[in-house]
Amino acid sequence: MKLVTAIVKPFALEDVRGALEHLGVLGLTVGEVRGHGRQKGHTEIYRGAEYSVDYVPKVRIETVVDDEVADTVVDAVVEASRTGRIGDGKIWVQPVETIVRVRTGERGSDAV
Amino acid sequence: MNAGDTAWVLVSAALVMVMTPGLAFFYGGMTRSKSVLNMLMMSTVCLAVVSVLWALYGYSWAFGNDVGGGLIGGGEFAGLADTVGAMVGVGSDSAPWPGTDALPAPAFVMFQLMFAVITPALISGAVADRTKFWGWTAFVVLWVTIVYFPVAHWVFAFDGFTGPDNVGGWIANTLKAEDFAGGTAVHINAGAAALALAIVLGKRRGWPREPMRPHNLPFVLLGMALLWFGWFGFNAGSALSAGDLAATAFTNTMLATATALIGWLLVEQFRDGHPTTLGAASGAVAGLVAITPACGFVQPVGALAIGLIAGAVCALAVGLKFRFGLDDSLDVVGVHLVGGIVGTLLIGFVGDNSVNSAAAGDNGLFYGGGLVQLGRQALAAGAVLLYSFVVALVLGYLITVTIGFRIDEENEATGIDETEHAETAYDFSSLGSRALAGASRPATPATREPVGESR
Repeated sequence: MKLVTAIVKPFALEDVRGALEHLGVLGLTVGEVRGHGRQKGHTEIYRGAEYSVDYVPKVRIETVVDDEVADTVVDAVVEASRTGRIGDGKIWVQPVETIVRVRTGERGSDAV
Repeated sequence: MNAGDTAWVLVSAALVMVMTPGLAFFYGGMTRSKSVLNMLMMSTVCLAVVSVLWALYGYSWAFGNDVGGGLIGGGEFAGLADTVGAMVGVGSDSAPWPGTDALPAPAFVMFQLMFAVITPALISGAVADRTKFWGWTAFVVLWVTIVYFPVAHWVFAFDGFTGPDNVGGWIANTLKAEDFAGGTAVHINAGAAALALAIVLGKRRGWPREPMRPHNLPFVLLGMALLWFGWFGFNAGSALSAGDLAATAFTNTMLATATALIGWLLVEQFRDGHPTTLGAASGAVAGLVAITPACGFVQPVGALAIGLIAGAVCALAVGLKFRFGLDDSLDVVGVHLVGGIVGTLLIGFVGDNSVNSAAAGDNGLFYGGGLVQLGRQALAAGAVLLYSFVVALVLGYLITVTIGFRIDEENEATGIDETEHAETAYDFSSLGSRALAGASRPATPATREPVGESR
């Protein structure tokens, strides 16, 4: 199993969710987060004074999927969230040792 | 007594009153969220403290019969003695005192009280985030006593106004500088004190390295709206009559504020590439400040010009604090001192005595009056600026070495709302927030003994 973590622009959330649903991905965890990549933050201006805002609002989407669909899921997230402009985000994939459904105690792929 | 005039002055007093909480929101929105309550409180305490002082001796020192060469009024109205049932009005040889348009003295007392309240509150914007509440309150008590009450006498007390033999202040009667509603007594006065206190208190921790962005721009705009609304009472009420002069002052107030807002936004668009909300609110206030001294002495076209110039000049002036390394937190100097000076001096150019039959000065340069009036305006502005700056500087250091004026560094980092007032404005907690109801609930249960057991 793989944990797919995507940091994307907040407005892309619904498109990503739709794409994952289309692929049959059942579970998602979503959080509002802040951060920056290599382009750093953005600039705001108050009474002529510029302030750089280092941490830009993003959403973090996490889902655990079976190994064989992980690449497809990543492609779908990229497809759904890409604008081609700076700040589109990052996706990373990590191996997951096990997963447990709390209600039933099922483990592994059955619990996904 | 004229019932219409009396009603207008009473309503104006109420309008001016709402400017102080309006100012509190204007400033409060510009601070960080950890300082907003302290900002609101610095204005709110002025409403209480200055009202009491005004009744005890402030009104008397401002409008009592002169006892010191036009510098300060006497004590005959202390405790507001001889005001209930008395009248004020313009007395002269030709018109018996009080004139037909006289006002009940308490209406005038309350109207002028509101000016005394908001003036020190204006200063608070320069010292946001770092001032001990009681240190600030002590400053307000001392500053209004030593600076505002006498300066109000200089500028606002006219010979014969509060009694047939009453002698007023030197700027109004001897110098004959024109200040319709308080460009010198209110705005230059407060702005100069703000400059002094910004020097005394020093920079905020982290300024200008850390961003100290306004936490609530809608508050700022709401505050601006209340200020603008109340300012009609401030300026048009200063006619002290419900007539054409009040209507002219009202019109000029509206027009100058409009052009100032536009002027500020244009500067921002060309300089920064964006017209901002804070710029719109700041431009409006700059226009209100600048038209205040002039609103009863200029034609509408003059008001349009004053607003546009003030909006643009103040927008450029607020950037200077970074150059001088002076942390005037919310730009009181850039808006009130600079705006007040712009409006006071421009009377020397666009003042037109045909607007105001009671105008004591000469026409401005553009209305055939030469440079005489400009010189008087500059002298009045300079005198108030210098006096307020020096006294505020001395008072500031005095408070610093006695009861302390600035909060310590740790409290500043934590947030002045929490450390000075034991309150925070906003509760954003959503995960397991737990109210500490009363002292019996331990803050950290694990390290405290069980409730009810003896120690």
